[in-house]
Order: sequence, then structure tokens, then C-alpha cells
Amino acid sequence: MAWFKRTDKGIKTATEEKKDTPDGLWFKTPKGNIIHTRELKNNSFVCPDDDYHVKIGSKEYFEILFDGNNFKELDKNMKSGDPLKFVDSKPYNARIEATIQKTELNDAVRTGVGKMNGFDIVISCMDFNFIGGSMGSVVGEKIARAIDYSLKNKIPFLMISKSGGARMMEAGFSLMQMAKTSAKLALLDKAGIPYISLLTDPTTGGVTASYAMLGDFNIAEPGALIGFAGPRVIRETIGKDLPKGFQSSEFVLEHGFLDFIIDRRQLKNRLTTLLKLLNN
Amino acid sequence: MLLEFEKPIADLELKLQEMKDLAKGRNIDLSADIQSLEDKIQILKKETFQNLTRWQRVQLSRHADRPYALDYIYEITNDFIEIHGDRTVKDDKAMIGGLGDIDGRTVMFVGQQKGRNTKQRQERNFGMANPEGYRKALRLMKMAEKFGKPIVTLIDTPGAFPGLEAEERGQGEAIAKNLREMFMLKVPVICIIIGEGASGGALGIAIGDKVFMLENTWYSVISPESCSSILWRSWDYKEQAAEALKLTASDMKKNALIDGIIEEPLGGAHKDMKNMAKTLKSTILEALKELDKVKPEKRIDQRIEKFCSMGVFED
Repeated sequence: MAWFKRTDKGIKTATEEKKDTPDGLWFKTPKGNIIHTRELKNNSFVCPDDDYHVKIGSKEYFEILFDGNNFKELDKNMKSGDPLKFVDSKPYNARIEATIQKTELNDAVRTGVGKMNGFDIVISCMDFNFIGGSMGSVVGEKIARAIDYSLKNKIPFLMISKSGGARMMEAGFSLMQMAKTSAKLALLDKAGIPYISLLTDPTTGGVTASYAMLGDFNIAEPGALIGFAGPRVIRETIGKDLPKGFQSSEFVLEHGFLDFIIDRRQLKNRLTTLLKLLNN
Repeated sequence: MLLEFEKPIADLELKLQEMKDLAKGRNIDLSADIQSLEDKIQILKKETFQNLTRWQRVQLSRHADRPYALDYIYEITNDFIEIHGDRTVKDDKAMIGGLGDIDGRTVMFVGQQKGRNTKQRQERNFGMANPEGYRKALRLMKMAEKFGKPIVTLIDTPGAFPGLEAEERGQGEAIAKNLREMFMLKVPVICIIIGEGASGGALGIAIGDKVFMLENTWYSVISPESCSSILWRSWDYKEQAAEALKLTASDMKKNALIDGIIEEPLGGAHKDMKNMAKTLKSTILEALKELDKVKPEKRIDQRIEKFCSMGVFED
């Protein structure tokens, strides 16, 4: 016999009624400590208590890496088309429009050209907020043009990946972006211009199987999920639970596919050291 | 094994056989009836196969009787020597390759291989290659480049294998490297989707100067089933997903994502394997003739240019 009776069964908030929590002043770390958001930002969005790397986007990475947050953005206004008139639970172009409104981003990657501790650098950085950081025509084209810029101006290229993989709504077009970006990287490789690929949480699918794994240096933030197939798919394939730490940065390093893991607070300086060593 | 839309045709064919047997056994003249039934079958076949839905083409691409890579290779070559192993881990039996000659010209073949029965299917891992398969493919392609032999890849995979060891050995890195390296191959590269062309697993051996699809195959970023399970959260929308993905040969050609379609015999490749192989062979020879005229550096530039022009966006 219950003490009281709930009249409504379960919690029934429809998806469209759910609200994003507004950015407050306080941040609760995974350990449960409450810290001021300014403190978090000053710590490169790494929780001071357990070094957990909070997921951030291009805006934050550019702030961290470009001197004085000064950079020139390339192809800022490029937007997605809808070549296949794709419709699932809603039409693709409506999804794109809604996502642009919500995220104030035009697609899942942004490119900036600027200086990092005085070194010229081209940085393309993915935004996971934009349809899971999925790679469609815009992502492929913007990365291709970023590499073109690197090639033309002989400036090192840094790619910061954060993506669930190829964007299904552009089907065959998305698939060919893997080819396009790899083609440009083949040219960069031939020209001998350094390409650093930074893999952040998460980097999976077609992104892992193209530009993210093609760096002269493949590096990652600690504790990121990195893989080709997603953990759920693998679990279903092998019919067993996955070992602890499977597909983490540390796991991928151990198996020889990363050059090193880097704490975000040291990212700018370590990258600078690397460029300096390549330059001298 | 018959697919749902093959059944009405098979029923009529059975009837035709009975009629022929009857005419022969009882020594009666049924030639007029036989002729009319034969005409009827032909019309039904045409109607059926010219109006296949996208999902039905996916089903045909996976037909249990469909010819696989090695079937075609043995059919179109005089000599063929299979080459094994990635020289690092093992020999991936889902990815095959070797040197063979077509009308006296040596070609390096690379392709995914499926199995015909349960035992073979397991051995071939259902045509799902591991990283060592992609590395074996690249080793063979580099060897072809060294000896100046053109490359023909035959693509037929439900995807790169999503297993635990595949992740440990760098499935993503293996495919990525193939993409980059294939762009720089100095020899002509012809890629043909002969069955299923699922995502990165297919693309990993599909960077070519000419990319063809057989008429009843599919090529996309994801299978209709997986697309259905992700976007509709159920496996039941695979037909809808197949429509949305626009994954058939004619869709892909229309969107300029492939270079050409290779026609199949009426009823599909499995209905007349010998003729299918003949068409495949003449397509390869014709493409080689065209590619031979272009200088290697130019071929590489054109290969890169072609893939770099793919994509739709507003600038």
C-alpha cells in the first residue's frame, strides 16, 4: 500500500517542450563539485577536481588556440543544400534551419586562420552540437578549402575532430566527402606541409576512417571515445560486453594509432613546441 | 532461393516446363500455347525488372545466387594467381586479390569476397573485411603500381567488420590510408560495385579513375536497415530508408557520384552469369583503352578533381 498515488504515469515531457538549460554561472563537475563557470573557462574547460575534459566547440577551441582570439574565418557563410530531398521524422532542410537557429552555427565545422604563439596556422574545428558533428557536403568542402589554404600559403593544418560520422541525410554525397578530404590530404602530404589531427570526444565512423586518422601526428584529448564502429554496434556484433576503456584515447594510444595524448591545458604550448621542432 | 517478386515469374516458368513435358510425353502439339506462355513470361519479366523499387534492387544485390568477385575473375581471366596476406597480421579471406590476364593484358584484381554456403560465409566473414584486408588490398595495389599494371577492384560488402579486434588493429586508419594512397596511384584504377557497396568499407577500395555500378547494386553511406534503425528507431522502415538514401546505380549516376552503370541480364546478374561476365570484361577493356591515353600525372589530377567536385552546398 503506497503512501501516496501518482496520477500521471512516468514523466511525460514531449521532446519539443524540453528546454535547454540556460548557461548559468555554476557548473557541476562529474564528481559532483560545483564550480564557477569562469573558473572552468580559465582552466580550458577542464574540471579542476578530476581533469575531466568538458565537451566544447569551435568557439572555445579558437579562444584557447589563437593568440588573443584573433583569426580570420574562412567560408563562414557556407550552408548545406538538400540534394536528395531527404525526409525522415522531418525534412532535412527544416532540420538544418532549426539547427542553425538553435546553435547559431551554419554547419558542423568552422575554419580559422591566425597565429598560435606567433606561428601561422590553419585550424578547422568541428561542432558536435550541429547534428552530432556529422559530415556532409559542407563539412567536406570546408575542410577541403582549409587544406587548399594551407597548401597555397604553406601553413600547417590542424584539424580538430568531434563527430558521430557521416551525415546520413546526404547519403552518397556524405560518403564521398571522405574521399574528397583524403584527396586533399594526399596533396598536403606530397607538399610536405605538417598536418596535425586532434581527436576529441567523440570521433567515430566515417570521420575516423578518413581525415581524423591521416595526420602526420594523430593526437587526442584524454578519455575521448575514438573508433570506427560505435560501441553499441560492436556489442551487438560480438554479443558480449566490451572491456573497460575500450575505444578510449588511452586504448587507441596503446594499440599504436595515436602519437600522444594531450591535456587541453597544455594543448597550445605543446602544439607550438611541435611546430617549432619541425621548423628548426 | 527466390525473392518475393521473382515468384510469379518462377510460377509461370514452372507451368511452362510442365506444358513442355506434357507435350513431349503425350506427343501432342502445344506449340501455340507454349509460345503464348513464353511471351507472357517475357513481358512479365520486363515489367517486373524495369519497375523494381529501390529496396527490391537491394534484395537483388544480395541474392544468394549472385556471382561474387572470384566467380567473375575466374570467368574473365585466362590465368589468375591469387595473392594472400597483408605481411603484418594475417590473410583476410573477406578481401581477395591477385594477378590475372584479360585477353593477354595483366591486371591486378582486388575485391571483397562473400561465401556461398554457411561454412564459406563464415570463412569469408560475410564479405566484411578487417583492417588487415584493407592493408592487403593496399599492398597489392602498390605492387601493381610498381610493375605498371592497372588495377580493377570488385566491391561487394555489407560493410567493414565492426568487431573488437578490428578496432584494436585500426579499422578507421586502414580505410583512411587506402583512400589517401589510392588517389596517388600512378596506374589506372577501375572500380566496380558488383553487389553491395556499404559505406567506408566499400569506399576503402573504391577510389578510381572510373567507378561503375552493376545495374542491380547499391552504394551508400549506410545500409537501409541501419539507416532505419538510427533515424526511425526500428528495423521496419528499411524500404522507406532505401527510397530516402537514393542508393541505386541510376540514383548515383544521376547525382554524378559514379561514372557509369553496367547493364545486367534480364532478371539479374545471377540469371546469366556468363553474359554478365562478358559485359564486365568488355567494360573493363574499354575503360582501360580510354585511360591508357592519359598520362599518369594527369590521371591522378583528374581522379582528385572528380572526387573533389562531389557535394552540394550554398556558398
